[in-house]
Amino acid sequence: MKDIMEAPAVLETPVQLKKEKYPVKKVLIICSKGKLEDVYAALVMTNGALMEGMEAKMFFTFFGLEAITKKHANHLHTGTTGNPAMMPGVPDMIKGLPGLETLASYMMKREMDKLEIPSVTEFLEIIEASGGEIYACKLAVEMFHLKKEDLVPEVKGIITVGDMYALAEGEGTQIIFI
Amino acid sequence: MNTLTSAPTLQVNEEGYLKNYQDWNRDWATEIAHQYNISLTPKHWDVLNWLRAKQAEGTALSVRKVGNSGIVDIKEFYALFPGGPLKISSRIAGIPKPASCI
Repeated sequence: MKDIMEAPAVLETPVQLKKEKYPVKKVLIICSKGKLEDVYAALVMTNGALMEGMEAKMFFTFFGLEAITKKHANHLHTGTTGNPAMMPGVPDMIKGLPGLETLASYMMKREMDKLEIPSVTEFLEIIEASGGEIYACKLAVEMFHLKKEDLVPEVKGIITVGDMYALAEGEGTQIIFI
Repeated sequence: MNTLTSAPTLQVNEEGYLKNYQDWNRDWATEIAHQYNISLTPKHWDVLNWLRAKQAEGTALSVRKVGNSGIVDIKEFYALFPGGPLKISSRIAGIPKPASCI
């Protein structure tokens, strides 16, 4: 017992933990919301992934479908109520006054124009041209009584949740839900 | 880095982007393109020259602007420089890494 205490086992060379890198190779971005800022978050991240040389797929569901309908894609609004970060200090009752949401959306779009951020439909075109794929959720499409022809031409298919998971196959894939 | 060509070694930053935009020459560009398995065609040169001209003007570059350049559309741009076209073409063109999110 004493011997062991006197000569504790010490490794001559400490074991180096090899730090492997696992880069993201593919993203599947699910957009379930139809607010301007949420849709743009999805579009910017998808396009950004493609610009970095990754694969990118988009899946639009529920209110996110607004972003890929011909009728509404370029007319999305930002929400003014229920968001304390929007106009801090102003009560929701004031922020909910008629016309305020339209004004806030107009102002946000104007700022985006200054930064040369493309419109939703142009962004979808860019994503498709860059090799990205855009899908709509079958269940939500049925729920909102939409048809394929109501959706922008960049939509590659109306698919089930199972098909959506199949899009995310492969090592190094990340699913992002908005 | 590459011993196959006689292109002079130019000063680059830690990410491999040319430090001095004026140093750029076609041999160097060809060599960098080879690292990405790209053989530069006249179309590639058109894009590279356009990027350099825009950089000289001080324009911030984006994929969208390249798509509207009249030289290539976005699809062709991705096909010419696969795996991150703006980053790769900028590096070959000897201009700084683009800091664009769109």
